[in-house]
Amino acid sequence: MKFALFLGCKIPYFLSHYGDATRLVLKELGVDLVEMEFGCCGYPVRNQDTKAFMLSAIRNLALAEKQGLDIFTPCQCCFGSLKKAAFLWREDAALREETSSRLAEEGLSYRGQVDIKHLLQVLHQDVGLEAIKQKIAKPFKDLKIAAHYGCHALRPSKVVGFDDPLAPTIFDQLVEATGATSLPWDLKLSCCGNPLWGKNDKLAADMTVNKIKDGKKAGAEFLCVGCTYCQIQFDTVQKEILAARPDTEALPSVLYVQLLGLSMGLSPEALGLQANLLDARGLASHLVAAQAGGPEAPVETQGAS
Amino acid sequence: MFFNLTLYAALFLFLCGLIYKIYSWCHLKIGDLAQTIPPGQRASEALRGVIRAVFSPKIAILAKVFLLDVLLLRRVFRESLLRWLMHMCIFWGFMLLLLMHALEKWISAPLFSNYYSTVNPFLFLRNLFGAMVVAGVIIAIWRRVKAPSLRLTSQAPDWFAIVLLAVIMLSGFGLEANKIISPAKFMEMAEQYAGTTDQEELRPLKAFWARDFGVVFSDLKGAGAPELGKKGQEMHENNCAECHSRPHGAFVSYPLSRAFIPLAGTRLDLAWWYLHILACFVGLAYLPFSKFFHIYTTPLSLMANAVTDPQSASPANLATLRALEMDACLHCAICTEHCSVGAIFRQIPNMTILPSEKLASSKSQVRGKQPESGQMLKLRIGSDICTSCLRCTTLCPAGINLQDIWFAMKENLSRQGWPDIYLQARQSAAEAAPRPGADAPLSLPEQRRPAGAEISVPLGTFRHCFECQTCTNVCPVVANFPNPQETLGLLPHQIMHCLGLGLTDEAMGAAMTWDCLTCYLCQEHCPQTVPVADLLYELRNRSFGALSRKSS
Repeated sequence: MKFALFLGCKIPYFLSHYGDATRLVLKELGVDLVEMEFGCCGYPVRNQDTKAFMLSAIRNLALAEKQGLDIFTPCQCCFGSLKKAAFLWREDAALREETSSRLAEEGLSYRGQVDIKHLLQVLHQDVGLEAIKQKIAKPFKDLKIAAHYGCHALRPSKVVGFDDPLAPTIFDQLVEATGATSLPWDLKLSCCGNPLWGKNDKLAADMTVNKIKDGKKAGAEFLCVGCTYCQIQFDTVQKEILAARPDTEALPSVLYVQLLGLSMGLSPEALGLQANLLDARGLASHLVAAQAGGPEAPVETQGAS
Repeated sequence: MFFNLTLYAALFLFLCGLIYKIYSWCHLKIGDLAQTIPPGQRASEALRGVIRAVFSPKIAILAKVFLLDVLLLRRVFRESLLRWLMHMCIFWGFMLLLLMHALEKWISAPLFSNYYSTVNPFLFLRNLFGAMVVAGVIIAIWRRVKAPSLRLTSQAPDWFAIVLLAVIMLSGFGLEANKIISPAKFMEMAEQYAGTTDQEELRPLKAFWARDFGVVFSDLKGAGAPELGKKGQEMHENNCAECHSRPHGAFVSYPLSRAFIPLAGTRLDLAWWYLHILACFVGLAYLPFSKFFHIYTTPLSLMANAVTDPQSASPANLATLRALEMDACLHCAICTEHCSVGAIFRQIPNMTILPSEKLASSKSQVRGKQPESGQMLKLRIGSDICTSCLRCTTLCPAGINLQDIWFAMKENLSRQGWPDIYLQARQSAAEAAPRPGADAPLSLPEQRRPAGAEISVPLGTFRHCFECQTCTNVCPVVANFPNPQETLGLLPHQIMHCLGLGLTDEAMGAAMTWDCLTCYLCQEHCPQTVPVADLLYELRNRSFGALSRKSS
């Protein structure tokens, strides 16, 4: 399993620990992530100019194709953006032609051969739940997680082909593979609010607060996400929101690779848990070995205090 | 006399320029934090900051950065071997020429008791250093003409620097070449060091010098007799040998001098001399305003940023550092080459998308040189296309904290009435939209076709909409408001209907279009496969397009 690692623009400055944790966990699972210099996926500029978006996105596919690699990305906005561009490349001849000539100015060309996969897809399909379960050294117990699927991975389903858009399961399965419980919750498939952050902060914050309240209502101790922007919204931005709306109860968020990595026995520091602005260090206390005081301790500790 | 006069004039102008630049570092306001700090405070805090850093363990970091990034150009080496070679040649060649040759009276002569500029190894070294600079200049020209990023971004100051270096070096070689062959020069030296100008008396020496030193005399015939040779050698050893190695050590100037043989009788050497020192002194006088200023600002930027923690540094020093950094840019375009959104320039030809040009435009803007609104809007658009991916900042060989400058410039632009372009596009669309429900009834206007070709989604597909209102009912933004119609102007299904009626401006101006989360629930659930979310993207594109046209 070898992919070109497409981190996206936000990780280096805004969430560098996501990049580190992804590399670490995927390496442990035997996935070879090749570092390459890519450009922006085109998601932000899509509001402004569709052709600029296409050029930006397809250029990355051209670069990956040159190395004979498919794309692996831990960001769902990058995933959705690249998938959309690939979709338009197939469906819209005029756009394809225009983008091709722009790429040719740089000496690049694209033949349409590159697959775009999100981290959760690769874990679920390419690595597989069985292989993951075998790597779990310290499963979680009594850990209630509200898994947040993320809009740009789920929809539009015709374009992204990520999972069932109305009743998705792959993230829930991945979460439960670690021993944690993936709760059902009403707003599970709703937007985190980040796309409007910086454009309409109040509205974005309202969306985020709705999600947090709903997660808490369902009994979650943590949100779990598979996207850079969602984590920025539920961690960095949630912290700001909580300061402005003090009567809101916090619901810390962790990245799936942090959740998985911990249960695989990787250290919290290596997974960047100390970099989460909303304290997520309590996550480790849910690990079975940590709870029962030893790896040999029996899993059922009902009745014991 | 002329030399001293021009030197002092150049030094004076240089000092004036230097003072002006330092003054500007304390005055230029870049970012919100810089707006209210008095320049005097900036100056004193800067001084204190420098002293604190130097007289602390941080001195080790400063020394390391100086050695690795300033002297050995580590960051350039990481980027490209050719660039590194080019700059090492120019930098070390020039510095060593400056120290050994230009400042020979103050450095070489005191340091080396046997120093004469015409004796080896100094004769050879001067040529070596000059040749290094020329080699570097050749690579620089080649790169500026070949490399796409440099071809795109090269401006007059870049060429000025290269041309000036070339003129200084080539005139230097020309000068030396012509001095080698010059009989007039020989006579000057003979008068001063052999104590005579008598042609008969000097004949053996002339013959010796013609044979072994390449001087071209017009009046030396039949001078090959052996006793002449021995006498000449003797005269040479008495009067000349101490200061003169054979000129073949000047491995550039000596071969070059052969080309000037026909002109040996002229005073071309004087012309070269004037060209050489004037070029040097023009370079010196203009230095603070040219690219050459980077010899001070770039090391300062590298070292300052190595010991400055943006979280704990004083706002005054952060403000001053930003102003200094703007003068530290080498216009090397490494940032532009690697920029994550650089490719977008091919589609949206706005130069400020490219980091090196964004910095140059920012510098102009901060100095108040860009009053025209088109330029301000252009800079804002370029600033907002940037995704803050940190790559330019990581790669900059001048150690400039570019990301910090980008954020600060956005603050400046917002302050001056140029907010985020999403907001601007939204506002201009809202202003252009007739309010729905106004007195005039909404009816199909005469043949209103959409401006420009449809791009990703042919607008005609909204025709499938049969107003079931599913999109409006699944929209989380609509659900967020007690009176969504009031807040959002138009609801998603109403926007689709507007498109059907050709009321594109109305749709573009509605708050809903700009408050869309792009969560795609509408599009996912539409039973008629109307690409609702994609259509909203299209509407936003149109407003941005209008904004872009305003900037050009």
